[in-house]
Amino acid sequence: MSWGSAAAFFAMGGYAPFVWGSFAVAALCMLIEPLVVRARRRRAAAELKRAGVAARGVGHEAAA
Amino acid sequence: MTQRIVNWFKFSSPQTFYPLAGKMVPWFAAAAAILAAIGLYIGFFVAPTDFQQGEAYRIIFVHVPASWMSMFIYLVMAAWAGVGLALNSRLSGMMASALAPTGAMFAFLSLWTGALWGRPTWGTYWVWDARLTSELVLFFLYLGFMALQAAIDDPRRADKAGAVLALVGVVNIPIIYFSVKWWNTLHQGASVSLTRAPTMATIMFTGMLVMVLAFWMYSIAVSLARVRAIILERERHTAWAQALGAAAV
Amino acid sequence: MTGAVLGVMRRDLLLAMRRKSDALAPVFFFVVVASLFPLGLGPEPELLRRIGPGVLWVGALLATMLSLARLFASDYDDGTLEQMALSPEPFVALVAGKLAAHWLVSGLPLVVAAPVLALQYGLPADTIAVLVASLALGTPVLGLVGAIGAALTLGVRGGGLLVALLVLPLYVPALVFGAGAVDANLAGTGAGAPLSLLGACLVLAAFFAPWAITAALRIALE
Repeated sequence: MSWGSAAAFFAMGGYAPFVWGSFAVAALCMLIEPLVVRARRRRAAAELKRAGVAARGVGHEAAA
Repeated sequence: MTQRIVNWFKFSSPQTFYPLAGKMVPWFAAAAAILAAIGLYIGFFVAPTDFQQGEAYRIIFVHVPASWMSMFIYLVMAAWAGVGLALNSRLSGMMASALAPTGAMFAFLSLWTGALWGRPTWGTYWVWDARLTSELVLFFLYLGFMALQAAIDDPRRADKAGAVLALVGVVNIPIIYFSVKWWNTLHQGASVSLTRAPTMATIMFTGMLVMVLAFWMYSIAVSLARVRAIILERERHTAWAQALGAAAV
Repeated sequence: MTGAVLGVMRRDLLLAMRRKSDALAPVFFFVVVASLFPLGLGPEPELLRRIGPGVLWVGALLATMLSLARLFASDYDDGTLEQMALSPEPFVALVAGKLAAHWLVSGLPLVVAAPVLALQYGLPADTIAVLVASLALGTPVLGLVGAIGAALTLGVRGGGLLVALLVLPLYVPALVFGAGAVDANLAGTGAGAPLSLLGACLVLAAFFAPWAITAALRIALE
């Protein structure tokens, strides 16, 4: 499959908005999703840190 | 021999599964990236222009993988939910909950790309054909599952209720698909079908399959990552998790 | 066991009779919704005849969904449901009794009201017969499948809307076959096939839904 030129490739035979619209949204979803999951895990880990410190902090005067 | 069996079930506890999943995620992510690169290369630089649809057909390299994954993930989700219900295992329920958002995302992507494919090929963004309509219903099933679990505070009850819903859904999906197909034939003429029998060139089919595998590896990677987050959220009260939190960044 | 089932049915029917307005609300809703569509779309007879089957079926479907809130909620609140779960009689049998009573109170009136509303849409007599048959087969399916949603969401916040979100996708086959049967009759292609399929849905639902409902109730009662 030879495209002739980069311009031809991006034009996708006139169907650029549809083809690139599809691939762009797909790429976006599959980039954002892992980031959201990572943020969720980090939030949970931070919560745990607070809970752990609080549990150990009973009886201590030290501020966390 | 007994040693091997014991090792296997060892990983059904959230505490032992957490690090295992953590090690697995990068491998599946790498596999997804490599397969996607190959698939996209085939899709854009090897597969020729389609005789009827021009370049617009290339959308199938994301549309079909998204559709297949959305259906496959629902099956896997229902299977894990069923296992959790039958064996009363916490981790299985967590796995089902971890799979749902990814499945819903793929269902949405299938609808979005399907609409963008329909516009240049058949003139309208939305077509009430059997496949797209069933995909829409599947999307609603995912949303219902997620909404139910979000509405129930007790995680064990949420797991079990979600499991019943997922199993009921899985039984209903073939019935729903069949009824929508029948509905389509009843009202023929009012709609066109997107599901033309693909007389696809082998190379197009190959590219599509590679992308399906890429999406599959991606799904595994993301679900394993998400189940780690869920484990940390649910095991808040345990010492091992709190120690992890203290050690983590 | 039959004694217990009939006892549960009699109790539910008695309770419904005491709160007639509560029990009749779904039918009134059905009537009102059926009147809204012509107001929204215009009175052309041709158009109304075309949309009648679908509108009446969706109206009955929505009315059934509204009635689901009444199904288990009050028994759950006052502890009767728990007693039923603990009783020596099979829980699934008692639940079946409740479902039967619920259909008599909420589903059957819809079937009875449908012919009158069908006149408003100018449907011919034989089509009305098919409509009544489809609703007679369909409303139990909707009640059974809907009860699964009601059981899963017992005591959960989000209430009616959450049940709708859960249950509407599952209602698609009944709606398609039910309204499709009436449409097929109007078009002249014969309602036999879709009505049989709807009957098959009813058999499946009658066999499997009570177990799912009972499982969901036990989960809610834990």
